[in-house]
Amino acid sequence: MAEQVTRKPYVREVPRLRWFFRHPRYLRYMAREVTCIFIGAYTLLLLVGIRRLAEGQAAYEGFLQALKGPASVLFHVVALVFALYHTATWFNVTPKALPVQIGEEFLPGRVVAGAHYVVWALLSLAILFLAGVF
Amino acid sequence: MVAKSNKPLIWGIFAAGGTLTAFVTPVLIVLTLLVALGHTPDILTYEGLHGFAAHWLGKLVLFVVIALSLWSAAHRLRITFYDFGVRADTLVAVIVYAVAALGSVAAAVCLFRI
Amino acid sequence: MSERLVELEVLRYNPETDSEPRFQRYSVPCQSEWVVLDALNHVKDNLDPTLSYRWSCHMAVCGSCGMMINGEPKLACKAFLRNYEGVIRVEPLAHFPIERDLVTVIDDFVTKLKRVKPYLIPKQDKPVSEGEYRQTPAELKKYKQFTLCINCMLCYAACPEYGLIPKFIGPAAITLAHRYNQDSRDGGRDERQKEIATTEGVWECSFVGACSEVCPEHVDPASALQQVKIKSTVDWYKEHLMPWLNK
Repeated sequence: MAEQVTRKPYVREVPRLRWFFRHPRYLRYMAREVTCIFIGAYTLLLLVGIRRLAEGQAAYEGFLQALKGPASVLFHVVALVFALYHTATWFNVTPKALPVQIGEEFLPGRVVAGAHYVVWALLSLAILFLAGVF
Repeated sequence: MVAKSNKPLIWGIFAAGGTLTAFVTPVLIVLTLLVALGHTPDILTYEGLHGFAAHWLGKLVLFVVIALSLWSAAHRLRITFYDFGVRADTLVAVIVYAVAALGSVAAAVCLFRI
Repeated sequence: MSERLVELEVLRYNPETDSEPRFQRYSVPCQSEWVVLDALNHVKDNLDPTLSYRWSCHMAVCGSCGMMINGEPKLACKAFLRNYEGVIRVEPLAHFPIERDLVTVIDDFVTKLKRVKPYLIPKQDKPVSEGEYRQTPAELKKYKQFTLCINCMLCYAACPEYGLIPKFIGPAAITLAHRYNQDSRDGGRDERQKEIATTEGVWECSFVGACSEVCPEHVDPASALQQVKIKSTVDWYKEHLMPWLNK
């Protein structure tokens, strides 16, 4: 009595390169991910600095000299923006990965994240102070 | 046990490095930005940084910051390549982790010489 | 209680006659308080009885009516027409093959759900005569949120990693494994880890977080998956660095 139905499921391809344009949340995710390029590049810069330090005063002071200039300032500003975005996105999701249960209830996410920001601010100020910035 | 992944090894390092870079990378960038602007902070003068790196604790701090930052950036870069449609994951992994490894070794060698 | 003429652009696919899907436009007279599901029901009852789609409870508890509405994974019974302007595009849930019209093939999800053993595996067999399992409110709170999953698969449609890597076990299945792992009555974590602590398990997740954003029941699968990653990492270090702890 029932007819035989032919099945032919249709598979929709996911565009390998344009999927993250489908919604702002995916763009925000990709922005977060590419922060690693700038943090990685900056760390390599630090590595070069350490290398020059090991090579002696003349080499190191050459490194400091090379750090001056508008191109360097631009790189630093861009890297700083991405580094701050990494910091904010990392702190905001930490409560999701590490829920803290006290008694029955969990600490609200903003408390855990907020604590991270406070520590970060204090730590940064301490480092600036110890570095002789003020 | 057979199918369980060894990803935790690199993920643990990534999580540690990600946390570290979240806390210290911005302020470090500010320090070298000040150099770029012509106001070198005391710690970044030759005497200052050499003094810091001469101490074993200073060496340890510098090594941990550089190594963890490199490894966590490398791991995230590997994922980013995949998200950008590059399918050769094993090749990408080998390259990015090699850079992180070489960088870590280079940091250790240089610090040792100070 | 006013009426509104809504334009629906619905993806149609008949496996017996079509080689690929195509859009079909319907003009539907709707009540202002309707949801997309009401509009679809009106189409089927009055305009085009051939339109196929899944639905059941009409109150966001059964998880049947998941579909893409203007490109966003939503339950059709929870997508209020008053929140949409212009033509509303209705497509089957993303990242699943299309069976017919808005009906998707969900076998992949069901298989993965079974793999993670989403049921209590008690530490020891306890006959009913020995009484109930006792659980404090704090113990219940540890996993309660993850029990709210209605298996609607919106998270699979939102997850870009599932879209790119079909063998990824996926948000809901891993979250349900975590729900049982966190249950104080359960002793089956080792068995579930064999499935979810694998490359196609939790380690395909890159914490995009889209799953939690689209979840209609606020289960927060992204949170569950990160917790699984951390616990699996701690396990791994214990196993490899302190092997004397193994049984």
